[in-house]
Parts: sequence; C-alpha cells; structure tokens
Amino acid sequence: MERIPILQMDDILLVTIQVDMHDQLALTLQDELTAHIVKARACGVLIDISSLEIVDSFIGRVLSNIAAMARVLDAETVVVGMQPAVAITLVELGLSLTGVRTALNVEKGMAFLRAASAQEGRRHDRPQV
Amino acid sequence: MTVLKSETVPLQTEADIVRVRQTVRQWAIQQGFSLVDQTKLITATSELARNTVVYGGGGTVQLEALTTGSRRGLRLIFVDHGPGIPDIAQAMTDGYTTGEGLGLGLGGAKRLVNEFDITSHPGAGTRVCITKWK
Repeated sequence: MERIPILQMDDILLVTIQVDMHDQLALTLQDELTAHIVKARACGVLIDISSLEIVDSFIGRVLSNIAAMARVLDAETVVVGMQPAVAITLVELGLSLTGVRTALNVEKGMAFLRAASAQEGRRHDRPQV
Repeated sequence: MTVLKSETVPLQTEADIVRVRQTVRQWAIQQGFSLVDQTKLITATSELARNTVVYGGGGTVQLEALTTGSRRGLRLIFVDHGPGIPDIAQAMTDGYTTGEGLGLGLGGAKRLVNEFDITSHPGAGTRVCITKWK
C-alpha cells in the first residue's frame, strides 16, 4: 500500500509530504503518525508541506486532527514550508488550521520543537516542593 | 465567448479527484493563469470534486477553456445524479455539513472563483458550474 514515510530524529518525528495525496492516504498518515508518536515516545512532530500544491478543507482537517491528537499524546506539532499561493488560498477558502502551529521552514520548525522539548525537560527536572 | 476546447472526465473515486486536480492544473497553465489563480482554481476543484464523489455518489466534470478575445478563462461543470441538496442556502453556509467535513466546500469554492452557479433537485442530482478568469 502507498504510504508517506515517517522519519525519526531523536524524539522528533519528521514527515515530508511529497505526493498529491488522495484522501485515504491522508487518513492513513494521520493513523500511522499517531501510533508512531506513542511507539517512539516522540515529543514533537514536524510536517513539511513545501511540496504540497494545494491544501483543501480535507487536508486542512487532517492537519488539524494530527495536531490535536499529538497534543493529547503530549507532543507538539509544527507544519512548515507552506507555499505563499497555498497560504493565500487557504485564507480565502476560510480555513484557519485551528490549533496547528506553523513555521516558515524546516530549520525554524525544528528550533521551535527543540525549544519546546527543552522547556518540557526543565519542568520535569524541577524538584517537587 | 468562444470555447477553445472541452473535455468531460469521470469522477467516481478518490483517485479521480487527484487526476482531475492534475488535469485542471495543466489546463490552467495552458490558459496562462498565475500560480495563485491556479492554486485557487485547483483548490475549488478539489472541494467540488469531493462533493461529487462523496455526496453525489459519483458523476462527471466538464472542463472548458474559454476566451472572450481579450480574456481567457476556465469553466468547470460538476454534475452528479445523487440525492441532491434540499436547502442550497443552508449548504452554502460556512460550517454547515451533513458529513464529516468542515462545511467549507461550497462556500469556500465560491470565494475562490469569479462565477459560481449551483442548481440541485432532490432525488435528481446537483450541477455546480464555476468559472475563473485570468
């Protein structure tokens, strides 16, 4: 079956969507990513959509769902690399990508996830009073 | 207004939705659309094609490359013979959905094109016609 690869770098999962996804493929990614977060004990998910030529309401919903599911599993999601034409279209379509954190590129997205992860670590290290 | 070329393609499966998006992209490039206009038209296509497949039980889309002499455009006519839409005004409202979608399909698609026309008869099907001008 066709699927989108999920890579792991330390405690961060990386997904690069490089194909024109049909709806079922997007749903498969949502399921696999959620399972992978638990299996890999990931604290961050980075989704690179720089190759995506459109984000319609279906893909938008899948991205929102992934972010919401990841949050419940104690992981942060950041969507990076949105093309300007996609951003313009998304806003006119009326899609707000509720709950989805975005960053301009992979580098900035990784920096955000690393910072979030470090902050989380410090909170856990703090002695109980 | 002259129709430069016309083609009707089937919309039965999810794979057809992807194929139609790609076909519309090619036609939009041939008509000289900017990247933003291509993206808007293809996004509207994706929303309407999904409606045809998911809610209309499948159908067709007719593509027409148009010219008025000074302007170039693309017209897409989505036709299904599904259950139809009883209340079009309600269906056009953002946030209204009978399925699992976000309810942005029809209203959102309308905002992304220049002309939008919908007719639907309960029990007979739905026809949505959109036009985007360069």
